[in-house]
Amino acid sequence: MARITAGVGSSHVPLLGVAVDQGKSNDDYFGPIFAGYEWTRQWEKEQKPDVIILVYNDHASAFDMKIVPTFAIGCGESYKPADEGWGPRQVPDVEGHPDLAWHIAQSLILDEFDMTIINEMDVDHGLTVPLSMMFGQPDAWPAKVIPLAVNVVTYPVPSGNRCWALGEAIKRAVESFPEDLNVQIWGTGGMSHQLQGKRAGLLNREWDNKFLDLLIGETDEARWIPHIEYLRETGSEGIEMVMWLIMRGALGDKTRLLHRHYHIPCSNTAIGHIVLEPVEEETVPA
Amino acid sequence: MSIDKGAPDSKPRDIHEYLAEFDDIPGTRVYTAARARKGYHINQFAMSLMKAENRARFKADERAYLDEWKISEEAKQALLARDYNTLLDMGGNVYFLSKLFSSDGLPFAEAVSTMTDMTWPEYRQMMLDGGRSPEGNRSIKENLAAAARAQETGKDN
Repeated sequence: MARITAGVGSSHVPLLGVAVDQGKSNDDYFGPIFAGYEWTRQWEKEQKPDVIILVYNDHASAFDMKIVPTFAIGCGESYKPADEGWGPRQVPDVEGHPDLAWHIAQSLILDEFDMTIINEMDVDHGLTVPLSMMFGQPDAWPAKVIPLAVNVVTYPVPSGNRCWALGEAIKRAVESFPEDLNVQIWGTGGMSHQLQGKRAGLLNREWDNKFLDLLIGETDEARWIPHIEYLRETGSEGIEMVMWLIMRGALGDKTRLLHRHYHIPCSNTAIGHIVLEPVEEETVPA
Repeated sequence: MSIDKGAPDSKPRDIHEYLAEFDDIPGTRVYTAARARKGYHINQFAMSLMKAENRARFKADERAYLDEWKISEEAKQALLARDYNTLLDMGGNVYFLSKLFSSDGLPFAEAVSTMTDMTWPEYRQMMLDGGRSPEGNRSIKENLAAAARAQETGKDN
C-alpha cells in the first residue's frame, strides 16, 4: 500500500531559484535562508521518497486567464520548466507518476472533488524552486512528482476548509493505491507577502509563526481562518498559505514537528519552512 | 487568530458580503472576478510577452503592438508609462504585469517598489529591516475610527 510519510511546507520565491542557479546560496543575503534547509536536504537523502505530491500555484506560466482551474492535478509523464520571460530554469525535467496521479484523480472525483486533469503543461518556479530547496542541483530529480495546481490568484480562491478536506481525500486516495510507495506531500507558497499597491512589502512575522504553530499537533483551527484574515494580516499574496493546508489535511488527525525555519526577508517575502510527520493513533486491540 | 466560527455548519456564504470586505484593505486591489473581467486584455497582452518574438515586436514599437489589443486608450497610456497602480485599478494583475517587468529587465522587487510611496533604495531597506508592519495597514475603517478617536482625545486635552 502507498502511504503518506511526511509533509513539507515551503515558500517558493523565484529569487531562491536564481540564487541556486547562479551559485549565490551561501552569500550574506541568501546564506541564512538556505541554512534553514540543510536539515531537510540531509533528511530527504535518508527518506528517499518515491513520489512527491507537490501543491503549488502557477504564476501566469502554464495557465493564463483563458482557463482558471481551482484544483488541477498533473497526470502526465513529464513536465518541462517554464520560460517565465527570461528563459527556462536550467533544472532537470520533472518526471510524473501517471499511475498514482490518475488513481488519485479518479479517487478524488468519486470522493466529490471535481478535479481538472492536466496531461501536458510546463511547470514554473512555484514547483521547481521547492525541488531545488529540498534536493539541491542533481542531474535528475530523485523523486517522481505529481503537480497539484491551486488557483490562489483569481478570487474567490478555495477556502482553507476546502483545501484541508482535499488533503484528507488525497490521504484516502494514496492509501488505496496497491503499490508500496513512500509518498510525501508538499505545500508551497507564502508566507506573508504583498506584491502590489501602496501596501506592498507587508510582512507579518508574528502571524506567520502562529500559522506554523497551528500545523503541529492535533488542532485543526487553521482550516477555519477566513480569506479576509490572510489578506489583512499577511498581504494580498499571503493567501498562498491555504495551499499548506492541503498538505496538513493529508497528514491525518495529528502531526509531529521534525523541523522548522523562518527568515525575513527574501525579496518581498517572508520565508517559512516546516517538516511534519503524521502521528498515527495506536489501534486499541479489541 | 480569528476563527470563522460559523463555518462548520453555516449556510453557503454570501458572495456580496465576501467581496465587500476586500474594499476595506488599505493600498490593496484584490483580484476579484470584476477586476479579472475588466483587465482581461491587459493581462493577456502581458502574457503574450512570454514569447521572445512578441517581446521583440513590442520593444521595436510599443504603441503599434498595443494597438493590436482590445485595450482602452487610458490603459495603453498606463502601460506605456509603466503606471502599475493605475493598471491594477484597470484590472491588471501583478503576476501578468510581471511579464512586462521582466521584458524591461526590471527586478520584481524594484517594479513592486514603484507602486509604493518609496524609492527603490528606501523600499529595499524597509524589506531588510523586516518589511512593512501590518500595524495601521489592516483596515481603512479601523484607521478612520482610530483617527477620529485621536482627534477626540486631542480636543479633551
